[in-house]
Amino acid sequence: MENLQNLVAAALANVKEAQDVQALDQVRVDYLGKKGQITALLKTLGKLSNEERPQAGAKINEAKQQVEVAISEKKAALEGAALSEKLKSESIDITLPGRGQKAGGLHPVTRTLQRIESFFSNAGYSVAVGPEVEDNFHNFDALNIPAHHPARAMHDTFYFDAQNLLRTHTSPVQIRTMETQEPPIRIICPGRVYRCDSDVTHTPMFHQIEGLLVDKQVSFADLKGTVEQFLRVFFEDENLDVRFRPSYFPFTEPSAEFDIKWEASKTGWLEVGGCGMVHPNVLKSSGVDPEEYMGFAFGLGVERLAMLRYGVSDLRMFFENDLKFLAQFN
Amino acid sequence: MKFSESWLREWVNPSLTTQELEAQVTMAGLEVDGVEGVAAAFSGIVVGEVIKREQHPDADKLSLCQVSDGAELFQVVCGAANVREGLKIPFAKIGAILPGADGKDFKIKKAKLRGVESFGMLCAESEMGMSDSSDGLMELAGDAPVGSDIREYLKLDDSIIEVDLTPNRADCLSVKGLAREVGTLNKKDVTEPVINPVAATIDDVVDVKLSAPQACPKYVGRVIKSVNVKAQTPLWMVEKLRRSGVRSIDPIVDVTNFVLLEQGQPMHAFDLAKLEGAIDVRMAKANEELTLLGGQEIKLTNDTLVISDQSKALAIAGVMGGEFSGVTADTKDIFLEVAYFNPVSIAGKARNYGLHTDSSHRFERGVDYRLQAVAMERATQLIQDICGGVAGPVVETVEESAMPVEATVKLRASRIKQVLALELPKADITDMLTRLGMQVTETGSGWTVNVPSYRFDISIEPDLIEEIARIYGYNNLPVNTPVGALELEVTQEINTPIQVIKQFWVDRGYQEAITYSFVDPKVQKLVDPEIEGLALANPISADMGVMRTNLWVGLIKAAEHNLNRQQDTVRLFESGLRFVPQKDELVQDAVISGLICGSRISKGWTNSSEKVDFYDLKGDVEEMLTLGGQSGYHFEVGSHPALHPGQCAAIFKGAKQVGLMGALHPVLQKQLGIKTQLYVYELLLADVSEGVLPKFKAVSKFPEVSRDLAFVVDESVQWSQVESVIREKAGDKLNSVTLFDVYRGQGIENGRKSLALGLTWQDPSRTLNDEEITSWVDSVVASLTEGLAAQLRG
Repeated sequence: MENLQNLVAAALANVKEAQDVQALDQVRVDYLGKKGQITALLKTLGKLSNEERPQAGAKINEAKQQVEVAISEKKAALEGAALSEKLKSESIDITLPGRGQKAGGLHPVTRTLQRIESFFSNAGYSVAVGPEVEDNFHNFDALNIPAHHPARAMHDTFYFDAQNLLRTHTSPVQIRTMETQEPPIRIICPGRVYRCDSDVTHTPMFHQIEGLLVDKQVSFADLKGTVEQFLRVFFEDENLDVRFRPSYFPFTEPSAEFDIKWEASKTGWLEVGGCGMVHPNVLKSSGVDPEEYMGFAFGLGVERLAMLRYGVSDLRMFFENDLKFLAQFN
Repeated sequence: MKFSESWLREWVNPSLTTQELEAQVTMAGLEVDGVEGVAAAFSGIVVGEVIKREQHPDADKLSLCQVSDGAELFQVVCGAANVREGLKIPFAKIGAILPGADGKDFKIKKAKLRGVESFGMLCAESEMGMSDSSDGLMELAGDAPVGSDIREYLKLDDSIIEVDLTPNRADCLSVKGLAREVGTLNKKDVTEPVINPVAATIDDVVDVKLSAPQACPKYVGRVIKSVNVKAQTPLWMVEKLRRSGVRSIDPIVDVTNFVLLEQGQPMHAFDLAKLEGAIDVRMAKANEELTLLGGQEIKLTNDTLVISDQSKALAIAGVMGGEFSGVTADTKDIFLEVAYFNPVSIAGKARNYGLHTDSSHRFERGVDYRLQAVAMERATQLIQDICGGVAGPVVETVEESAMPVEATVKLRASRIKQVLALELPKADITDMLTRLGMQVTETGSGWTVNVPSYRFDISIEPDLIEEIARIYGYNNLPVNTPVGALELEVTQEINTPIQVIKQFWVDRGYQEAITYSFVDPKVQKLVDPEIEGLALANPISADMGVMRTNLWVGLIKAAEHNLNRQQDTVRLFESGLRFVPQKDELVQDAVISGLICGSRISKGWTNSSEKVDFYDLKGDVEEMLTLGGQSGYHFEVGSHPALHPGQCAAIFKGAKQVGLMGALHPVLQKQLGIKTQLYVYELLLADVSEGVLPKFKAVSKFPEVSRDLAFVVDESVQWSQVESVIREKAGDKLNSVTLFDVYRGQGIENGRKSLALGLTWQDPSRTLNDEEITSWVDSVVASLTEGLAAQLRG
């Protein structure tokens, strides 16, 4: 058994000396392989007596295990070192920018419209659209704005001829919807509108979004609630102060404009839109009985909302399509 | 409408500060646009009198004056042309603080002007912040008390309030109307000035004929003789006018303007001597000529109501008087007109002649049709007070049948509750409406309301409900959330929503643009010469004159904008309507369009600087067309005047052409001055957003078999021709055809190209054998060789 101790010591020394996986494997073969020296010892057990055999066997097995453990530990260490070396050589500068096409982005007006549409479609409104080249009937007459009404002059309309014009608001979509659809109606109408006006705060084309709800029992209180909730959701400010002021639109009665509390404004309030209860004449001209049904409508300028939300200072930038502007909303 | 706060408070004086008053009327629907002081915050200016004026010894344009402040005389050097002995003026004494032009106050000190000492300054209106500019010194009335503080004398501690009135509230275009509104809001009674009728002392009258009674159903006239037009308009009236933004002209015009502001009734004064015979209120003859006050010569159209005498038109009714018959410094006798014109007959007329007057503004919106006699008495009284004169009888000519009918409106308590979700005591509502001037009768279910003659905006029940809401306060009304049935909405699965299509382009690196729907007609013509775009009758500028027939014009302009700003790669898309006029109608189709140019990938360490080409755009378009599933699109050689004839594809969905794409024509690029090659596409949104429902096919468990082949074909042979032959001849087990190389150059004759392609076959129920594959390949090779002169490469 002295021999066994020496053998183990020699084996461990060889394990320690092994510089790579191959050398270590040679050590395993030399001692533990089929013809290995420790394996050879195991084969001598047969020659021992029945009394001696278990003890001697246990000792050799113990020695064998000791060497096996040493080999596997050494193997793990060697592999680990090799992996580290490989990983080190494969290291790259991960701060370099990535490869490939950069994503683009939605226009801030679209981004704003999509948000608004989602608020309302979640509440059961559907999106309705209509033509932009409109006729006098849908843009004015059906909305209770007869010819020569001072409100027509206020609209600064672009005309093509006596009958056809560019819609000055998205309200014609209300008419077109009511003409073809039975109440209850819950729609939201986004789109381009046009006014013959151009200065720092006006572009001849801009976007409006308008909501319409027609049902058997709809009140001004419902309108106030809807507009107030919308503005609070839009600005993500549940305490946003909203106020309603009487105003005048021929197609609603009562009519209101609504303001939000805005520190930067001279009066502390900022007008953001108009609304009201649908005028009975408008319901009638679309074939809806104003005694049976009532409705409310509200409309807002989309660029105005986008400017407030994102802090854009110049309205005209929306239509210059400068990538340095557009990419800020990606 | 601009008015002075103190004038309003003479009528009704609620216990409110200026700010509170401003907030109150704004919240009642009379939006305050601005409030400003009547004058700047100066001090130390008194009423002075020029006692003596001499020429300055060393300066032609300067005067040397002795000015009294009532106690002593001061030597003052003055440069104003209107300085003269006896004149009373605002006198800023040594130590006075005046507003400076730079916004900083300055102090009056003893000064030496051209060697002469000056103790103070004589002031113009602008120097006291009372107007933006002035012509000479402010001339005070002869009875101005010398030495008194100018702020007190002119009552300058007052504010000018400007309200931006909506077109329905013509009733508030007067101090009287505003006072009625403020009285209602504060439940305070309104004090009107006492107007005593002036009895006629002469018999002179001018006969009036109403030839167009629908347009003018009522005309009140009166002759006043021997008026002194050179009399001075009293300071109180000049100041009231000034604070309403109206300049004093002569006492007659001043009185008519004053009555307009106070009562809301426009009126006109004619020089009686210039009238020939009776007044006729009639429609103008076509091309009838008239020279307006101020000298503008116009030709009338026959839809314009005029005031004429027996020989000619004298004035555009309700808009502006004529120069010939107007009051001048030589006028001795006048004829006053106070009329009611139907708003419909006046609306738009001033605008047609490029005019807008205080009078037309009111008549268009509606003037109280019972106000005329009152206004006439008020004006007569004021003219006599200022200019003297003797008045004839008031002659009122009325066509009753054409007069407005007083509206009677039924108001139901139940409807108020339904619309406003509000229940108020009946007496409160009666009080509100009564204070607004309505005659109110309570009934079992609500009220019957007679609408006053000045409320043109009230004719139906909701109009009254708005009045109640307004007076109660919109912000005090209840707030609810609407309640509705929770029904599910039908949606079509095969429709790709526009949001998804937009997001596709965003993910592909495109930035969404929004360009104007009207474009430069010249560029439109270059890009789409075969279609005459719809032209605007009144474009905002020449380069925004015609509706786009495709979205390329706007996108090209946007690309140019960015290329000029050092962007080396531009990828843009836009969705919107295009406007294509066709024989009987205008087609407004929604399309999605895009444009690419410049580097394939913007400059970076991993990239080559390759430029985009046709196939970059085509790859994106093809991918987009798969959004709704494989719906049978194909590309054919197309043509469009804006596109390169050899790089233009028409995009078909089945038999219908749904779009176009291609390289911009080099000639067009040159005409537009764009050096970077642009590639564009446009697709009809309705067609490309409609896809197909996915349909399951069994996935084969048996292996695919592949063969690679290469053919040499003429340049003119298109891939689609090769592909269709293969699909026809390669048997029904063919899975896919992939073109993996197109080669020209060494080893290939000029004018020919080599196409390398891979074919794969698969059967759902068995493994295909070699003989089958070979026979299909042979069939393909034979057909290509025969049909397309292809040559199989070894």
